[in-house]
Amino acid sequence: MKVAFAFVSGLIFSLGLVISQMINPAKVIGFLDVSGEWDPSLLLVMGSALVVTMAGYKLVFGRQQPMLDEGFHLPVNRVVDHRLLVGAALFGVGWGLAGFCPGPALSSLVLGDMQTVSFIAAMMVGMITKKVTFN
Amino acid sequence: MTNFTPVSAMIGGSLIGVSAVLLMLVNGRIAGVSGIVGSLLDKMPIREYVSDNAWKMAFLFGLIIAPLVYFYISARPLDISFPHRLELMIAGGFLVGFGSRLGGGCTSGHGVCGIARLSKRSVVATATFMLAAVVTVYLVNVWGIVR
Repeated sequence: MKVAFAFVSGLIFSLGLVISQMINPAKVIGFLDVSGEWDPSLLLVMGSALVVTMAGYKLVFGRQQPMLDEGFHLPVNRVVDHRLLVGAALFGVGWGLAGFCPGPALSSLVLGDMQTVSFIAAMMVGMITKKVTFN
Repeated sequence: MTNFTPVSAMIGGSLIGVSAVLLMLVNGRIAGVSGIVGSLLDKMPIREYVSDNAWKMAFLFGLIIAPLVYFYISARPLDISFPHRLELMIAGGFLVGFGSRLGGGCTSGHGVCGIARLSKRSVVATATFMLAAVVTVYLVNVWGIVR
């Protein structure tokens, strides 16, 4: 059952990315390019996702536990450290270079563009590199 | 460039929110794509691997096939285009993979789920990657290395 709900969750998540066109790197770069003809769509996507998630989480965290698990799996680290800052900065540079972040890249994989496949391959190499260099 | 599309942005964003809430309500998990993908690389005994990771693979399967569902329902083509050239996509992919794992999250994990929990780390990370991305796009344009 957990697996079925995770599938539905992934499906809804991705439909959200598709409908809001966040799977289109041109659209994302149109947001990040504040010096050009700015497209604020991404801000509204994140804003509405946040409003819904905040309201929903509030109800969910009122429960003792999730429906199908013993407890909530939440990050315990609360410290803003160098890893967080450097990692986020590098992630941001990559996001700006490509116009893709992990979700949208995987969502648009079935469209079969060479750029998407290359991005995902490079992303996996990046994740593996992090795994072997820091641990 | 692209036009402001407020209605589809709000519908799409709300669906992302619904998905994040559903995954927390049912599985007690954060819908963070880089964490889900990256943790699949962790080594562990095979039985443990399958029982720990089945939900992650199911989430990713849903993520990947969604455009096909969209075609089926809407019969509308999906247009995407790549303003930056291939070398930048590859360099960007590497940095996205490395940086999201080092920083403990990406746009979904930090930007949506983390901020929704009012996590200080996620607020700082999101502000940092937004700023870095805006500066990067600006420099790519200034240096004329778009295509």
